[in-house]
Amino acid sequence: MPNVNEILVSAADLRKSYGEHEAVRGVDFEIRRGEAFGFLGANGAGKSTTMRMIGCVSQPTAGTLTVFGRDPHTEGAAIRARLGVVPQDNTLDGMLTVFENLVVYAGYFGIKKKAARERAAELLEFVQLTARAKDQVSDLSGGMQRRLAIARSLINDPELVILDEPTTGLDPQARHLVWERLFQLKHRGVSILLTTHYMDEAEQLCDRLVVMDEGRIIASGSPRELIDTHVTKEVVELRFGTAHTRELAALAQSLDGVGAQIEPLPDRILVYTDDADDTNAALDARDIRPTSVLARRATLEDVFLRLTGRALVEDEA
Amino acid sequence: MSVIAYGAARAGLRNSGALLNRNWIAMRRAWILILSGAVESLLFLFAFGFGVGALVGDITLPDGTAVSYTAYVAPAILANAAMMGVLAETSINVFAKFKWMKVYDGILNTPLRPFEVALGEVWWALIRGFTYIGAFVVVMGLFGLLDSWWALLAIPACVFIALAFAGIGLTLATLFRDWTDFDWMNAVVFTMFLFGGTFTPVESYPSLLQPVVYVMPLYHGIELVRGISLGQLGPMMLVHIAYLLALCLGGMWIAQRRLARALYK
Repeated sequence: MPNVNEILVSAADLRKSYGEHEAVRGVDFEIRRGEAFGFLGANGAGKSTTMRMIGCVSQPTAGTLTVFGRDPHTEGAAIRARLGVVPQDNTLDGMLTVFENLVVYAGYFGIKKKAARERAAELLEFVQLTARAKDQVSDLSGGMQRRLAIARSLINDPELVILDEPTTGLDPQARHLVWERLFQLKHRGVSILLTTHYMDEAEQLCDRLVVMDEGRIIASGSPRELIDTHVTKEVVELRFGTAHTRELAALAQSLDGVGAQIEPLPDRILVYTDDADDTNAALDARDIRPTSVLARRATLEDVFLRLTGRALVEDEA
Repeated sequence: MSVIAYGAARAGLRNSGALLNRNWIAMRRAWILILSGAVESLLFLFAFGFGVGALVGDITLPDGTAVSYTAYVAPAILANAAMMGVLAETSINVFAKFKWMKVYDGILNTPLRPFEVALGEVWWALIRGFTYIGAFVVVMGLFGLLDSWWALLAIPACVFIALAFAGIGLTLATLFRDWTDFDWMNAVVFTMFLFGGTFTPVESYPSLLQPVVYVMPLYHGIELVRGISLGQLGPMMLVHIAYLLALCLGGMWIAQRRLARALYK
């Protein structure tokens, strides 16, 4: 039995600068064996840079980092031999077929030809691409390419799989298929490290996560803990026709007291409350009539909003 | 220490071999491209050796021996073939894999290190270069252009040319920004082909131009192969070999550093 408390990755005051720009500004975290650990944050928060440092393909500027108890600076190749990486842009080999991509990649890890072919066939089965084995990579859809990249990352039976935004750019159906495969991996006891800017992804997949913003970790814990600590149980979303930023800010003043906290956004007002019914009653009592009212459970999105004052995916069209 | 060095060398060999395997699998569907390169050099031999050679007749070497012009030009065209095959593989193909296909971006997450990638590409370029050289030497033999069995040493002599241009090509692949940069590379290559001693002895050039020729890597390759093919051995051969080896090692060193810097940001 693997020791579940074994620490796979440990970072202390980890930093990375590119010239003047500080991408990662001192982060601390520990990732244990068997857990699914998430880095949540908007684009440019420093998630990918942190992943690259853990993957031993980027040199930290300062701070300490150990992976499998080893130093990435001096033992990068030995660490990489035990990792599986799914980069954001897949980086599949466009000159090779689907099957060849796996077999050739196995070769980079020193896996013998026969074992490589067996493993490749198994993994294609796992990501449901067996029928496409002889196709060129460019003939695959985005979701299939991502699944192939996931299969490729598993070729060396890694102890830790790093996925950088595994479902960004995929349609909902393809996302669910990827999630489902990642769940399978989790059940097999593979340790998973992923970055995402999708709340639902983090909530569904991660046992523990950190929220990153502008190169720093601003919160950490399990999805439930984060929600309990930083936001109320429920959220009521109010829309007032075409009313926008400034009008909404003014309206928000008149809402004072209907919930625990009022958060005006560009297109709607969020009311954080422990009981949505009470909030609705309070709105009625004040004769405030929004054009639409939506009561829902608080999510990680709300945590992020409360912590940073910004929506997570606002820069996405 | 020697145990560590042995381990590192073995890992380097195994890892660069994995890249060799990748190139082989990727290229086996495009073997016709490799063949067309070999044919090109043979066309040069026919055009210059037999076409021009029939007009020129014999040529007198510095030591007074007379050889047919075809026998004089053939080794130079062989040297050129060794250069072209390797240069095309390392510069254009590596550039495509590096900047365009992003093949190395996928490899960098594996235990392979940049110098092993560079080494693998050199191996591969040598193999491709040798398909050209082998075909060419066979044709030279068929036309009676190999004076003795010693001339078969021209093949290992081509190794040094191939190594030098593998190093140069790799460095160029990491330096070039886009495809237009290859135009000036081709211009330099063609200049070397014309003036590197392919068609006339360098001694017949104006004395001001001669130092320029001595810097050209191809000149050293031509002199080496020609000397061996015509049985004109001498201490200068060691200088040629040293120059070519230095270019190989220097080129590989620069290339792997630039690869590392570009990939391990």
